[in-house]
Amino acid sequence: MGYIYILSAALFILSLKWMNHPPTARRGVFAGEIGMLLAVVGTLVGGHIVNWTWVMAAVTLGSAIGVPIAYIMPMTAVPQRTAMSHACGALAAALVGTAEFYAGQHEPGRLTAMMMVPLILETLLGYLTFTGSLMAMGKLQEVLPSRPITYKNQNVINAVLFAIAVALGVRLIMVPTDTLLFPIFAGLALLFGVLLIIPIGGADMPTVIALLNSYAGLSACAMGFALDNNLLIVAGALDGSSGLILSIIMCKAMNRSFTNVLFGAFGQVQAAKATGEQRNYRSASAEEAASILEAAQSVIIVPGYGLAVAQAQHKIRELYDNLTRRGIDVKFAIHPVAGRMPGHMNVLLAEADIPYDKLIEMDEINGEFPQCDVALVIGANDVTNPAARTDKSSPIYGMPILDVDKAHTVMVIKRSMSPGFAGIDNDLYYMDKTLMLFGDAKAFVSEIVKELPAKAAA
Amino acid sequence: MLNNLEVGLYVFMLATFVGLEVIRKVSPLLHTPLMSLTNAISAISVVGAILITGREGASDLSKILGFIAITAAVTNIVSGFLITDRMLKMFKRREVKK
Repeated sequence: MGYIYILSAALFILSLKWMNHPPTARRGVFAGEIGMLLAVVGTLVGGHIVNWTWVMAAVTLGSAIGVPIAYIMPMTAVPQRTAMSHACGALAAALVGTAEFYAGQHEPGRLTAMMMVPLILETLLGYLTFTGSLMAMGKLQEVLPSRPITYKNQNVINAVLFAIAVALGVRLIMVPTDTLLFPIFAGLALLFGVLLIIPIGGADMPTVIALLNSYAGLSACAMGFALDNNLLIVAGALDGSSGLILSIIMCKAMNRSFTNVLFGAFGQVQAAKATGEQRNYRSASAEEAASILEAAQSVIIVPGYGLAVAQAQHKIRELYDNLTRRGIDVKFAIHPVAGRMPGHMNVLLAEADIPYDKLIEMDEINGEFPQCDVALVIGANDVTNPAARTDKSSPIYGMPILDVDKAHTVMVIKRSMSPGFAGIDNDLYYMDKTLMLFGDAKAFVSEIVKELPAKAAA
Repeated sequence: MLNNLEVGLYVFMLATFVGLEVIRKVSPLLHTPLMSLTNAISAISVVGAILITGREGASDLSKILGFIAITAAVTNIVSGFLITDRMLKMFKRREVKK
């Protein structure tokens, strides 16, 4: 059995390695599947299993739930699904830890400190990630308000709760027979997960999802220590480091630190400032927008969360096709935190069959804005705000942004003038070269597309 | 000889470094599928869940908790791998003619 686990661990590493580049990525998924299959079959065959009915019933039920989820889930709901699967993974780890704790009670001497330390870590991380991910899912699905929920002394209350949970955990490590304490410990971990996520706003979701990913991995890893299983340690560590890297990338892209994301509810202080003086802006119709686009030689489209909400990706594809056929160079500028999870925009645009070599990262495309005729911003706001570069008093000062304001003409599709998530006014909208196109992203883009072919025929 | 804990910690350290190195190179284009892939991989906790549910003399509590754990983990494995593949199928280069 041990040899099968080693093979399976190697396949997981290969799987992630092949994930580096789009051409080999699907091979990576295949390697991961084989690795997982080997691990499961190896465990079933070599694990001295006696309760087959329970195991097989659960495997069947899990597959019966998993397959429809994978095929029915629309691509716009991918962030929610990811949060949900973090919750499932963490729940599994936490429950195994719990079962192990109670089973150990019947075998004196089994629950040594060496066993209890990882077991407590596993359940603590598992339970808090479970409820935390459910909260994240609720916010992404907009069942819960995606604005931060804050109250007085929030950080103090959270810190105290967490300290109590840790203290109970330490006590359990020292006196593992204290079975009454365990449910309280688990309850506190569950509660802490809720409290940790509710003050976090929608725009910080990419970081939080990545962080929860990391926690879920670490909790599987702790299970590996508790069960003395190296395969679990390897797989958990891979997941943990992946989540960590992604959350670091997300934090850098917003010029914020971990602690700031977790403890500094965004968008509260600035809310008052946004109701300042009225400023002038220019708006335009779909017809005007179409003729400007038609006259352009190069167009850069900047998508944001608004695109996902309006499900406008297929209409944008029509616009892309139409413009490309006229010999206009069309590219997409992707900010690392655009959308609600890492890589969100790439998946949506790929779903609409837009070739991935047209999806350009921030650092690469920023140099092209000054030569670009039209920058079309669709449902993105804060990631285009020039205040991040120039205004030291702005809350987003220092955040890397897309230099949309350097394009010759800027067009912004937006539902209204209301400020974005962070509650910050965007100077971009008041520039002389900026045209505001008011409307739903999907409806407006299809109107532009409708205006275009008529001109082509003429 | 190393005891199990030390071996475990070595494995953990090495796997973390391998993970950091390999994942740092993943193109931002693929961050979403990467996350759903690692998610499916971390559902390896199914191994622990199977062991605890299936072993001889498992109490009813173990069986019930283990049952839920296996169900949750298998859901993750199945939907995780399938949806990652579904996403990756969509990433096409320009050569693909419409």
